[in-house]
Amino acid sequence: MDDNPYEELADEHGADARWAFGTGFTDPLAGIDTTVPGGVDADALAAYCLALGDDALIYSHRLQQWMTRLPELEEETAIANVALDLLGQARMLLARAGTILGRSEDELAFFRDEPEFRNVRLVERADADFGELVGRLLIFATWRLALFTRLRESADPVLAAIAAKGVNELAYHRDYAAQWVVRLGDGTELSHARMQAALQTSWPLVDELFAPHAGDLVPFGREEFDVVLDTVLATAGLTRPEVPPLAKVGGRAGRDGVHTEALGYVLAELQTVARAHPEATW
Amino acid sequence: MVSGYDVAAGTPDPELPLVTIGDLGILRDVEETGDGVVVTITPTYSGCPAMREITADLTGRLTSAGYHRVEIRTRLAPPWSSDWITADGRAKLRAGGIAPPGPAPTGPIRLTLGPRPAIACPRCGSTDTVSSAEFGATACKALHRCRACAEPFEAVKAI
Repeated sequence: MDDNPYEELADEHGADARWAFGTGFTDPLAGIDTTVPGGVDADALAAYCLALGDDALIYSHRLQQWMTRLPELEEETAIANVALDLLGQARMLLARAGTILGRSEDELAFFRDEPEFRNVRLVERADADFGELVGRLLIFATWRLALFTRLRESADPVLAAIAAKGVNELAYHRDYAAQWVVRLGDGTELSHARMQAALQTSWPLVDELFAPHAGDLVPFGREEFDVVLDTVLATAGLTRPEVPPLAKVGGRAGRDGVHTEALGYVLAELQTVARAHPEATW
Repeated sequence: MVSGYDVAAGTPDPELPLVTIGDLGILRDVEETGDGVVVTITPTYSGCPAMREITADLTGRLTSAGYHRVEIRTRLAPPWSSDWITADGRAKLRAGGIAPPGPAPTGPIRLTLGPRPAIACPRCGSTDTVSSAEFGATACKALHRCRACAEPFEAVKAI
């Protein structure tokens, strides 16, 4: 008797079947013209889509790890939906990068090692409590929404379409997180203290979100982010943490492939089955 | 003779089988090409897991209707809007106990810290309702509760 449970998953399927999304896998960009328009630097576009896709992929995985552990069924449903939206964004962005790099979204998700990931370090840590979950989600969704709003005007129509679609989703994520930050910040003495402490944990990783990078496709400041965060924090009775940014390592950070220890643990879990049985389907 | 468009548009949505992909505005275009047909669909949300089912259902229905070549294409732009749900689709949703969405928000995206506008209860019509969760069992729905008839209900989100 075969005692390897994965073997049962590795049965025969058509050529279009892949690990990540089950038998009958569909290309999220099927039928879409992925020609890179003239005047757009294809390498820079690929690097940029990879970075934004990695942010969503890693953060989605961290959110998925909350499943079955959230305080209420409604929050379980909400975080599952947020994680699913981000996984959808990750798939399209990695697929977009892959059309230029000549690699499939699955190769990019499952067969790159830590230094090849280009996500910001904010998305790597495991949340210690629900306050950290909603605090980081507020920071992430506010930043990404502001960025995607601008990317709707990208010179690449595929990236512009992915961004336009994501904007509607991220607006919901931001509202959800903001409402919880207000509820906890403006709640009891204990919830207030824990929400303030939670923000303190994520805040050293905020500056990196706005660091200029060679691959940037749109000029992007942090004004909108600051206005939204200040509004939410003021409503919640919380204060903006005053903590120094997490130092770079030899001048490099997440976008350069230098990560915190936490990323290795995410990738180990995310990639282990695909790597145990490359090209297997389920 | 039923057209390729009618066959495609009549495909039930896998997650909301009381309405069709035509009702929801997921079906964007149907082009007949001799013995084949090219169907263009758009996802409601980026991670919508129903796209694969819809693709399989469309292929099956159109093949049964006599089309030898069926090609399904995705279109991302413009992004799906709940405003594309037809009047017929809204009536079917309401009859099925799911509140249809109000008009999609336009203009700059505003931060919402308070409750959203009340949605009419699909059972009793009262607007004395409260939101109980921003997210529901599928990506496109949220949960509400009616204070008048005391029933919980789902509503399609306005995006």
